Amino acid sequence: MKQLVRIGNGQGFWGDSIDAPVRLVEDGPLDYLTLDYLAEVTMSIMQRQKEKNPQAGYARDFVELIDRILPTLMKKNIKVIANAGGVNAPAAAEALQAVARKHGVNDLKIGIVEGDDILSRIDELVDQGATFENMDTGAPFSEIRDRVKSANVYIGAFPLAEALSRGAQIVLAGRVTDPALALGPMIHEFGWQPDDVDKLALGTLAGHITECGAQCTGGNYSRWWEVPDYAGIGYPIIEIQPDGEFVITKHEGTGGVVNLMGVSEQILYEMGDPKNYISPDVVVDFTTFNLKDEGNDRVRIDTVKGGPATPFYKVSMSYFAGYKASGQLTISGPRAYEKAQKVAEIVWERLKRTGYTFQDTRTEYLGISSCHGDINPVPKQINEVVLRLSVRDEDKNTVNRFGKEIAPVITNGPPGITGFAGGRPKAQEIIAYWPALIPKELIQTRVTVV
Amino acid sequence: MKTIKLYQIAHARSGDKGSNSNAGVVFYTRAGYDLGCELLTPERVKTHLQSIVKGEVTRYELPNLRALNFILGDSLGGGGSESLQNDAQGKTHGQAMLLMTLDVPDDFPADDVGI
Repeated sequence: MKQLVRIGNGQGFWGDSIDAPVRLVEDGPLDYLTLDYLAEVTMSIMQRQKEKNPQAGYARDFVELIDRILPTLMKKNIKVIANAGGVNAPAAAEALQAVARKHGVNDLKIGIVEGDDILSRIDELVDQGATFENMDTGAPFSEIRDRVKSANVYIGAFPLAEALSRGAQIVLAGRVTDPALALGPMIHEFGWQPDDVDKLALGTLAGHITECGAQCTGGNYSRWWEVPDYAGIGYPIIEIQPDGEFVITKHEGTGGVVNLMGVSEQILYEMGDPKNYISPDVVVDFTTFNLKDEGNDRVRIDTVKGGPATPFYKVSMSYFAGYKASGQLTISGPRAYEKAQKVAEIVWERLKRTGYTFQDTRTEYLGISSCHGDINPVPKQINEVVLRLSVRDEDKNTVNRFGKEIAPVITNGPPGITGFAGGRPKAQEIIAYWPALIPKELIQTRVTVV
Repeated sequence: MKTIKLYQIAHARSGDKGSNSNAGVVFYTRAGYDLGCELLTPERVKTHLQSIVKGEVTRYELPNLRALNFILGDSLGGGGSESLQNDAQGKTHGQAMLLMTLDVPDDFPADDVGI
C-alpha cells in the first residue's frame, strides 16, 4: 500500500482555467487528477445535445484536455477522475479512445460509471415509491413533472474506486458529488470500507476543500492584496495517508497561498449545517477538527468525526421555467445616477404603454447598489454607472419585446449613454433546479471498464 | 466604546445554496470570535442585510475554526438560472457582511486592514 497519495484538482467548475490541469500534471509529483465539469444547468444542456446527436452529451473540453496531457499521464502514471461523462459517458469514452490512438496508446483503460441519469426512469421510480417532492420547499413533484429536462442522482465515491480497482487509467462519471472525485482514489488506494466513517469523513473534507480548485490556494481570498503571483496561481493538491490524515498544498514554485485563512474560508463555502454535511458516503461533522498551518503552503488536518451515511441519495432535476433577458447601458457625466434612474423610468414606461407586462422585472445600478443594496450610502460624486434591466416571463415574445426597448433610449433619452454592444438582449430559457431525495435501494450504479 | 467594521476583526466567504446564500465569517482571534458570537445575532445580521435577505437568517457556530456560518434565506431572487439579480449566486454577500458596524470596548484590538 502506498503511504502517501497525491490528488490534485485541476477544474473547479465548467469553465475553469483550461491550463490549470496541465500545470498540475507537469509541474510536480501527482498520482491522481480530479476534474469537475458539471454545473447545475449543464445536465439539461447535455440532454438536449444528446437528443440531437446520440454521440454527444458529455464535456468536450475534457477530451481536448486529455489530448494535451495524455503523454504526461502515461509517462508519470497519473490517473484521472472526472464527471465529464455528463449524460453520455460511453460516447465520451469512445472519443477518448480515438485521442489515445492518435497518440499511439492502444491499451488505454477507461472506467465508465453510470446509473446517475434517471431521466428515462422517472415514471418507473414514481411507481416504485419515489415522491421527488422538493426537499427545500416541500412542493409536490406534480408542479414540474411535465417540464423536467434532466434528472440525476448524486452518486458517491465507491463506484469510482471500483473502476480504479479494475484498472482504469481514466474514470468517467456523470453526476457524482464533487468531494467523491477525490474520495474515490483514497478508497481504492487504502481499501477503506463503508463503515470506516472517520476516514471517509477525512477524505470527504479534503475533497470539499479542493473541489472548487484555486479557492483554497488564494482564490476568492479576503486579504487578496497579500496573495503572491495570482497570475501563476497553483491549484490544490491533497497529500493523504492511509489513516486519512491529510495536507492541503500546491506545487512548489506556483503562485497563490495555502494557509489557515484561505482553507477556513473554503471549508465554509456553500456550507449549510456544519454538524451535518451529508454526502452519499458519510455524514461529516465539520465542528470536530483542527487546522494546523505547517508553513510553506501546507495545512494539515488529522482527525474529523464522521457518521453513517443516510439511506437516501440526493436527486438534482432541472426543469423549464420560462424565459428571461437582461440589457445594460452605461450612463456617464454630471448627475449620472439621476440620469440612470430616469432612463430606467423611460424604458419601463414605454413597455407599459405598449401593453406588455412581465412576471418579474428588476432594475439594478452597477457601481452603486446592485450587489449590496443600501448597506452603504450612494456616493455624492459618481463618474458613471451601469444600468441593468431584466425581465422574466413565460412568453418568449414578451421577453424579446423588452430586448427591443433598450437601444432606442441612447438616442431618444438623456445624453451620455453608451456601452450597448452585442445586439438586442434575446430571451434565454430559464432552466430551474429541483432538489429531491430518493431511497438508495432504487438506484443501481454500473461500472464498466473499456 | 469605539466603532469598528467587522472586516477589522474577521474575514469571510459566501456562495449559494439553492435560493439561499451562505456567508461564513472567520474571526482572526478567539476574543474576536467570542465577541462575534455575542454581537452577530441572526436578527442583527438580518437588519444589516435587509436589502439583500428576504427570508430568515440562521446561524451556526464552528468554534474549531473561530467561525460563524450564516444561512441568508431567500437572498438570491430565486437563485441559479431563475434569478434576475446581478449577483445570482451570493458571491458578494460575504463582503457585504464585512461592512457591518460594531460597537466594541475601547481597548478591543481591531486590525486596521486595508479593505
